[in-house]
Amino acid sequence: MTDDILRMRGITKTFPGVKALQDVNLSVRRGEIHAICGENGAGKSTLMKVLSGVYPHGSYEGEISFDGEPCRFADIRDSEHRGIVIIHQELALCPQLSIAENIFLGNEQATRGLIDWNRTNAEASELLSRVGLHENPVTTISDIGVGKQQLVEIAKALAKKVRLLILDEPTAALNDEDSEHLLDLLRGLRDEGITCVIISHKLNEVMAIADSITILRDGRSIESLDMATDEVTEDRIISGMVGRALENRFPPHEPQIGEEALRIENWTVHSPTQRGREVVSDVNLTLRKGEIVGLAGLMGAGRTELAMSVFGRTYGTNISGRLFKEGRPIEARTVREAISNGIAYATEDRKRYGLNLIEDIKRNVSAAALSKLARRGWVNDNEEYRVADEYRASMNIKAPSVSSVTGKLSGGNQQKVVLAKWIFTDADVLILDEPTRGIDVGAKYEIYTIINRLADSGKAILVISSELPELLGLCDRIYALSAGRITGEVQRSDATQERIMQYMTKGLD
Amino acid sequence: MSSTSPSDAALAPGAKDTPAPGTPGRSSGLSINVRQSGIYIAFALIVVLFTILTDGALLQPQNISNIIVQNSYILILSIGMILIIIAGHIDLSVGSVVAVTGAIAAVLMVNYGVPWPLALLITLIAGALIGAWQGYWIAYFGIPAFIVTLAGMLLFRALTLTVLGNQGIGPFPDAVRTLSNGFTDGYFGNIGLGPLGGADLFSILLGIVAVAGMAIAQWRTRAARMGYRQAVDSLPMFLLKIVLAAAVILFVIVQLARFKNLPWVLVLLAALVLGYSLVTNRAVFGRRIYAIGGNLQAALLSGIKVKSVIFWIFVNMGVLSAIAGIIFAGRLNQAGPTAGNSFELDAIAAAFIGGAAVQGGVGKVVGAVTGGLIMGVINNGMSLIGSPSERVMLVKGAVLLAAVAFDVWTKRRAASASR
Repeated sequence: MTDDILRMRGITKTFPGVKALQDVNLSVRRGEIHAICGENGAGKSTLMKVLSGVYPHGSYEGEISFDGEPCRFADIRDSEHRGIVIIHQELALCPQLSIAENIFLGNEQATRGLIDWNRTNAEASELLSRVGLHENPVTTISDIGVGKQQLVEIAKALAKKVRLLILDEPTAALNDEDSEHLLDLLRGLRDEGITCVIISHKLNEVMAIADSITILRDGRSIESLDMATDEVTEDRIISGMVGRALENRFPPHEPQIGEEALRIENWTVHSPTQRGREVVSDVNLTLRKGEIVGLAGLMGAGRTELAMSVFGRTYGTNISGRLFKEGRPIEARTVREAISNGIAYATEDRKRYGLNLIEDIKRNVSAAALSKLARRGWVNDNEEYRVADEYRASMNIKAPSVSSVTGKLSGGNQQKVVLAKWIFTDADVLILDEPTRGIDVGAKYEIYTIINRLADSGKAILVISSELPELLGLCDRIYALSAGRITGEVQRSDATQERIMQYMTKGLD
Repeated sequence: MSSTSPSDAALAPGAKDTPAPGTPGRSSGLSINVRQSGIYIAFALIVVLFTILTDGALLQPQNISNIIVQNSYILILSIGMILIIIAGHIDLSVGSVVAVTGAIAAVLMVNYGVPWPLALLITLIAGALIGAWQGYWIAYFGIPAFIVTLAGMLLFRALTLTVLGNQGIGPFPDAVRTLSNGFTDGYFGNIGLGPLGGADLFSILLGIVAVAGMAIAQWRTRAARMGYRQAVDSLPMFLLKIVLAAAVILFVIVQLARFKNLPWVLVLLAALVLGYSLVTNRAVFGRRIYAIGGNLQAALLSGIKVKSVIFWIFVNMGVLSAIAGIIFAGRLNQAGPTAGNSFELDAIAAAFIGGAAVQGGVGKVVGAVTGGLIMGVINNGMSLIGSPSERVMLVKGAVLLAAVAFDVWTKRRAASASR
């Protein structure tokens, strides 16, 4: 018999009208790193919420045993008491408080109700060194980067004497270097005897770190794989997740590259917060009709900043440089000017910057080009419905109707709404910032298909992505950005991950 | 929440009493959107409750007329307020703006003998300028509306006292008093309604025209949607809603026709509700307001001129405050230093009772007006049964809290249902 620290048996959780989990089994061995894979909506987060007591005992069916004892958690405090700590994708830190205060949030080091600051900071320092974060514990959270914040979350879990650490998409917002550091840390924690459950979309990461894998699909546990004994490949995991073998993760595409669509010349952007700092320096970049161009770069390289400064100067101050649309100089000083010049920018953070989540699909689709549906200031809402419904059909947006609220759609379908919104502006140049972030494999394929179709219709497309395989699989040409400068340009035929990574890290100290 | 239905606008004449339940066209089945129609059901229940408690006095012709006239200025303010709340802002200054615009109108007409049409025009422009002043600080300077309008509340009250020289000014010309307090003439004389007695023919004809207009507009909307193969209410459901709305409108109109005909403020109010419902549902400008309140960042990145929209909804609030200021002063026949005290709170309460969301992005003109009427009926009904004012206040506070609690509860339920 294996020594299981956690056993979940026959977990079934129903929401009104939906069976989110159906007879799910999960066994985690003591001291291993166990990955849970599955498409969005497969039930991964729901399962973790059942485990951590977010959904209390009684609201689901099935048995949980931790360390051989049955568990009936009434809330998160209960599960944390037993040493089960969950770190959510959206970090739960108070940005205005110090690192030490955050570590002991809800767990304050106090004597008779008064906080002992010396003890708090001293113990925080100790925890920080355990997670390899060299920061003063009185530093404010908002002053450190996302990668370091993630480490603070782990230190916080250690402060709670964690025995089973659950991480939901821990590296989604991290660059490769920070991700690598985090994975190393998890290996270190494993060696100290802390069991980890990690939810991740990044299969290369799962392959690199996991000792075993459980795959969920449509609320059911499909299979559990042991990395040591089973022959596990990324394709094997993917076929388990989607229930079919994906021939190829990228749809085949024969580019029809035409004339120049957008040229950016000597583009320099300064930081709006730090005086004099150049975020983008002297960038020259050309997009052609029918071409999908990638923009690679580490976090902080200035990719989003470059895109947003071009899109109506929505980022940065003291912007210099020139824009040419089909050879003619253009101005795009405001979002409206950018849109009227046929430039569109689909943001990397669709929930915060892309969609009105409390509105329905059709009103989101029309938001950036409402005047197209209006005469003398009055909107024809029947036309609006028709237009949105056409996009729903052509892009396969899964929703009961275009009157469905976007906040209730899955990430992939939300992304399709964002794309529809920008396509409806009649843009010739589409800048897509992380178009598949947080989207499951099946939906990614659909998004790639849409991008290919857009290119085939003569649009010029710039894809910004942190996933190199995505850029390699999708793009005809790739620029690498490092510290605000273009450090390399590679054609698809000569592109390798290593080569792009070299460019991406060029000039970094 | 996000209804596109122009039907709200077409239903607007019914806003002076219970509009028909819900919005047609969203659902194919019988599913009732509780969040959207809850307010109308609540209003109907409150009317029924007070009708029973007052032995029918609530729905007597004179009392209906009183409710409309007494609450008209709050209802007008609530129309402007809902736009501001949808955009995610607030206006605490409207009470003081009502006072100062009433004072300006009084000084112009009484002290300087300016002809009333010109005086009203100047007053409306003054209201617009006040709105522009506040809109500038909020939209272009970036100060939170809460602060700017809190300052405005003090500033414009001070200005009122200065303009009035700390005393009431009146009386107003007859035309202004008629607008605030008066009724349409019996142009076509009376007709007998059997046991109900005589009633004004003009009012009744107007009511019939309004009902017919509503029915035709609704029918055409429905037909257009069917032409686009959208889901619409089934025919019996559609007819039921129309008949209900028509019955309510005609009941109110007949009661009014039996008393002193239609109050002019009702005509004004109906026009405003209709116009603003159209703007919020159908106009590009109205859509921008929802987009800004729903997600400011997304609106900015969609090329919406956020600053200009915010600026203009405050200008609009200033103009509507001026209209309310004139009506209130005209009704009292005097512009006084304490006019409009705490009107802002009534208008804000009306908007929230009427289904606006605290975070912005949600709300309807008809909802806000219904919210205002709910408070009006509670006020009126409780005073008819002789409740002391502290109890009226208590009930109004409880209703406001209950309405927002209900809104939060339904939202949470919806969120957990959708995982």
